[in-house]
This record gives sequence, structure tokens and C-alpha cells, in this order.
Amino acid sequence: MLNRIWFWLLVIGVCYAPVKSVVAPLMGVEITAFDRDTGQAIPPPTIADMGQEVTTAAIEGAESAVSLCLNLIGPMVLWLGVMQIAKDAGLVDGLAWLMRPLMRWLFPEVPDGHPAQGAILMNLSANMLNLANAATPFGLKAMKELQTLNTTEETATNSMATFLAINTSSVTIIPFTIVGLRSAAGSEDPAAPLFGIFLATLCSTCVAIFAVRTLAKLPAFAATAPEPLSVSVKELA
Amino acid sequence: MLDGFIGFTQALSQWMIPLVILGIVLAARWRGVLMYESFITGAKEGFNVVIMIIPYLVAILFVIKVFLASGLFEDVRWVAAKGLGTIGLEQAAESLELLPLALTRPLSGGAAQGVFVDLIQKPPAGRFGPDSYIGNTASLMMGSTETTFYVLSVYFGAIGIKRFRHTLPACLIADAAGMCSALFFGWLLFT
Repeated sequence: MLNRIWFWLLVIGVCYAPVKSVVAPLMGVEITAFDRDTGQAIPPPTIADMGQEVTTAAIEGAESAVSLCLNLIGPMVLWLGVMQIAKDAGLVDGLAWLMRPLMRWLFPEVPDGHPAQGAILMNLSANMLNLANAATPFGLKAMKELQTLNTTEETATNSMATFLAINTSSVTIIPFTIVGLRSAAGSEDPAAPLFGIFLATLCSTCVAIFAVRTLAKLPAFAATAPEPLSVSVKELA
Repeated sequence: MLDGFIGFTQALSQWMIPLVILGIVLAARWRGVLMYESFITGAKEGFNVVIMIIPYLVAILFVIKVFLASGLFEDVRWVAAKGLGTIGLEQAAESLELLPLALTRPLSGGAAQGVFVDLIQKPPAGRFGPDSYIGNTASLMMGSTETTFYVLSVYFGAIGIKRFRHTLPACLIADAAGMCSALFFGWLLFT
């Protein structure tokens, strides 16, 4: 799936603009370009400009990926350290114990008291409070713990899929970033969308849980069956 | 009253992280944890995990940037607006201003934030402003969805998972549900 998406994003990304500049005049559509700041009509980009733009985008994408990762090292090290303190103080296990019924229902493959439970809960709480730079370290820790329960090595488990679906649709109580951007834009009521965001994320989380549970049962998404035991027995003999 | 609430949430947002860390450290102290040593034990894991992610993230961000540079999304909006215009639905055509945001959001956080800031810019610099229907609905859309491709490549990259199975479709369905409910609540609360 990802292989196909990757291929098509790249093919469309590279070919769309040049193909459009050839096909549009044939169809009698005139290409107009506007300056993003002034709204004035400007001459449409030449083929050379387009090439340059795609090249810049490719290099920028690679650069921003690496700088994102480098910027992540600091928060990652800090929050994993803090989380270890919380864990040694028994706070993480306490939280996991409180949320046990929910965790059992969402992640039936994760046994009670497994470290993955605590990390998942820390990630979801950080997400709800919109602490983005704390949420990622906790989330990566949770993935590492879930990987210890994985028998299929490079294939995602149901728990991982459920975790990521809840994570990306996560219920947000206080969306600080959006309130900040709105007041920077001079809004008279920067907090106006708070309640709406809470309701909308509630809907999307319910859909996420339903979707991930339904899709997991489809044969197209089945995990590869673990190696049959008889093979290893034969090899031993 | 409302000003007080906004001021409070803004102050809280600045104090949230220090307060969380303080709370954890106080609890650790009460339980007699050797916290400096604990911190180092936990922190050691961090570095390697991040380095693991780099190839996965480069692969995904590079093709997304190239894709966004092609200008396809702006043309989709243009064609859709023309289509709605010819069948006499100019009103609905205004909501199409949200389409580039909806399409960009799962791909790139930075690009989506750019589109978002553009939408909530007050006239004359922008067209809608934060307190318009478009501005408010765009805020809902930003708040109720995630940069799915980025999150998936980072989280799976950290542990070397290459087959995502149903994760991507499930997350995209959730994103679509977030977008639709944002549109619905935007219409309900702000018109």
C-alpha cells in the first residue's frame, strides 16, 4: 500500500505541472498565475521554473526531515528521562491501573501491567493537553514496548494500528497552538473553536476506533501467519 | 469573564510543562526515588530511537514536498469551484476555500499551518479573518485532524516496521471523519 502511494505521489508531483502546461492550451484553458502576497496577475512559470521548483522541494523535504529529527533528540531524551522518574515513582503504573478496563478493551493483546500500557496512556494524555513535544517521545516509547509483543517483526500489529488511529484522531481538550495562532491573527474570540474541536475530535476518535477494528478483520490486511511450528521441528531433526 | 478565561488558558499553556515535571519530581521525592539516576537510565534510550527515524522520514517528506509543489490541490479547488458555480451553488463554493487545507493537512503540518494562517488573516491582508465562518471552521479542521503521514512514518520508523497493514486507511478514515465533523460543527456553531 505504502509502496503504491509513494510511487504515485512522486509521479504526480514531478509530472503534473509540465503536463498541465502542455495539455491546458490544447483544451483552450488559459493558465493564469497570481502573486501570493499582492494578488496581482504574474506571467505563468516557464518549464525551467517548474523544474527548479520541484528540485528545491525535493531537497527541502529531505533537509526538513533531518532537521525535524535532530530537533526531536532534545525533547526525546528529556521526556524519556522524566518518564523514567515517573515510572520509578509508581505514577505510570498507577495511571495504567486506573485505566485498566479501557486499555483491556482497546488493546486486548497487551497484558495487564505491561510497560506499553503506561507509555500509551502518557502519550494520549499529552495529546489531549496538546503537549506536542512530550507526546512524541511517549508515543515512540509506546511503539517500542508494543514491538516487544510483536511476533511478526516488520509488520504492524493490531495494537499498533489501534494506538496510531487513536493517536492521530486524538480527543483535544486544550488546543493551545490554534488559540495562539488565532490571537496572533487578531481574533476577537481566540478560544471560540474550543468546544467545537472537542466535539469534532470526539467524533473522529469514535470513527477511528470503529474503523481500525473493522479493517483489522478484513483478509486484505491480515498479518502474515507466524511460521508453523512443524517447520522448525523438522529443521531441528 | 471570557477574557479572564483566555488569559488563564494562555498562562496555563506556558506553565503546563514545568508544572507536569514538578509534579512528577515531587511525587518521586515522596516515594524516595533516586531521580537523577532514573532520569539518565530513561534518557539513554532517546538518542538511538530518533536516529532510527531519519531514513523513514526523509523518504516520506521528500515525496510529499514534491507532490505539494506540483500545484495540483489549487487546481482541484479551482475546478470544483467552477463546477459548483455553473450549477448555481456559489454559496457552497465559498466553503471550497477550505479544500486545500483539508487535502494538505494529512500530508504536511507545516504546509497546512501555512494554509491555515492564510485563511485566518484579517482583511485587507487576508480574505476571511479568524472570526469569520471560514476562519472558525478552518480552526476546527486544524484542531480535529493530524498530520497522519508524518506521524505514521515517525512512529513506525522508530521500530523499523515496514508493513503498516490497516493503519493508514484507518487513520485516513478518521481524518476524513474529523474533517466532516469539523464542517458540520462549523456550520452548526458559526453560521
